[in-house]
Formats: sequence, C-alpha cells, structure tokens
Amino acid sequence: MHLEDIVKALKLRVVSGEDGLAAEVLGGYVGDLLSDVMANSKEGDLWITRQTHQNIVAVASLKDHAGIILVQGCNPAADTLDKARKEGVPIMVTDMPGFEAIGKVYNMIATKKGPDPST
Amino acid sequence: MAAWKGLTTNVLSHEPALYENSFPVEGGTYENAGHVSSQIKALLKGMKISKEVVRRAALVTYESEINICSYARSGKIVLRVTPEHVTIEAIDEGQGIVDIELAMQEGYSTATDRIREMGFGAGMGLCNIKNFSDFFRITSEIGKGTHLKMVIRIDKDFDGI
Ligand SMILES: Nc1ncnc2c1ncn2[C@@H]1O[C@H](COP(=O)(O)OP(=O)(O)OP(=O)(O)O)[C@@H](O)[C@H]1O
Ligand SMILES: [Mg+2]
Repeated sequence: MHLEDIVKALKLRVVSGEDGLAAEVLGGYVGDLLSDVMANSKEGDLWITRQTHQNIVAVASLKDHAGIILVQGCNPAADTLDKARKEGVPIMVTDMPGFEAIGKVYNMIATKKGPDPST
Repeated sequence: MAAWKGLTTNVLSHEPALYENSFPVEGGTYENAGHVSSQIKALLKGMKISKEVVRRAALVTYESEINICSYARSGKIVLRVTPEHVTIEAIDEGQGIVDIELAMQEGYSTATDRIREMGFGAGMGLCNIKNFSDFFRITSEIGKGTHLKMVIRIDKDFDGI
C-alpha cells in the first residue's frame, strides 16, 4: 500500500512532502499526545492526529512515519508547513472526522494485508 | 535525589570515543524544539549504527530535549559514541525536580495548559526515556537543574561502526 493510493482513495489534500507519496505505508497510528506517539508508533506508520503545531513534524520525522493526516479540517500552522516542506514530511488534510478517516485508512491497510489471522 | 536503571557504568568513560559533541538547547520555547534530536539522529544514521539503536537514541534525546524546552532555562545535550555504546546526557539549568519518584510515574505532569494544547504533558516522557535506554540515571537539584544520563548498547553483532 503506497501513500498515494490512500491519498487518492480518500481524496486527501496534500499540503507538503509530495515527494514522499510513493512511500510504502506499513501501518497506522492514532494519537494527539506526542509522547504516546513517540513511544508506540512505528516506522512506516501513517499518523492520524488533530495536532497542528510544528512539533508534529519532528515526531513524524524522528519516527520515520510515512506521513501525517490532519483530520476534521485541522490545518497545519504556518511554521508547521514550512518545516514539513523543508524536511519532506508529507502532511495530508481532510474534513472527515477522525473516526471516519481512521476507519477508512484501516480498511485500506487491513484488506491489503489480507484477513486478520486472529479473527 | 536520584533514580536509575541498570548498573553504574563508570567503565564507559574508559571506552575510546569515536564521536563526542555537545549541543545547546534553548529553554522556555518550542521554536527550535526537536532540532537537536534531528541532528543527532542524522549523525548516528551516518555512522551506520543499526536503525533500532538510532531510533531509540532519537527518542530519548527528543523527550529530554522537550523537557528542557518545557521546564528549564537552558541546557545542553551531550552525545558520546563508542564502539559499543551510544551515551546521551541532558544537562539543564532550571527549576529542578522536587520529587523524582513522582516525576517518573507515568501520567504525572506539571505541564501548563499551554504546553498540553500542543500535545505535551502526558507525563510519559521520563518513562519512555527509561524504557528505551539500557542504562538510565536522573539526578536533580531544586533551583539548580536536572541531569539525565542514558546509555544504549550498540548491537554486538553489527559491524557498522
Ligand atoms: N528537565 C526538567 N526540569 C524540571 N522538571 C522536569 C524536567 N523534566 C521533567 N520534569 C518534571 O517531571 C514531570 C514529568 O516529566 P515527563 O517528561 O515524564 O512528562 P511531561 O513532560 O509532563 O509530559 P510528556 O513528556 O508526556 O509530554 C514534568 O511534568 C515536570 O514536572
Ligand atoms: Mg516530557
């Protein structure tokens, strides 16, 4: 599953890091607490959040995330955008509420991986 | 006051340093928050240390850096790399920590609303640092500052450095 497939299917608005859209998405993580995201998210995750402050760029970049989706029409702050463009971190924006966006992303990633063996 | 994890590793200071440098961190602002962590991550990546070790080092550096931004006047992060260990120290001048045991508890935070609005203040930073280090020590003096030392073992069977 490539980031651009998710962008297209969910009609996400890409505001930075266009060069990273070819990256593979390995999983997802949802959270607005930065320390939680630092500790528990993984490389290649698509991070879904409502945080718009510039610190999200450092977190995504340090954790090697595939990108960040800002939900519910949250727009990145100006310095967030600057930093994300400089560091090539893809930020995508959607008006969808978090619940809906997360569900759709989950379905895309989960179907790609095949049925969950635990169910 | 102090808290720690692992053995005291004085022996480390006798290992020859392949790299050693100190990076200043500004307190009281998030303007450059994460900058030192990014620099250190890039440096370690260039040394061909395993990804996992680089990521752990980046995490403990980030949490320390953010704590200096949040709670101290000024500080620095010292990185030292030997053939077997990555050592990171975060030393600050600031208010210090009154009760280290309490500060180490997950969920305990004195972060202001302004800090919480940005997604900090979950009270997880110090726990994360401890969990992701092989050796960890924290000492603090009220009114003076706080000193963290983190050591991460480089994979023994990795011959990158
Ligand atoms: N360098 C420091 N100087 C003074 N006080 C500190 C310092 N680092 C941590 N503290 C105190 O310890 C508490 C716990 O720190 P910790 O990093 O675990 O959580 P937090 O910073 O509050 O939230 P989070 O790290 O999850 O965003 C802080 O709220 C603060 O009161
Ligand atoms: Mg913290």
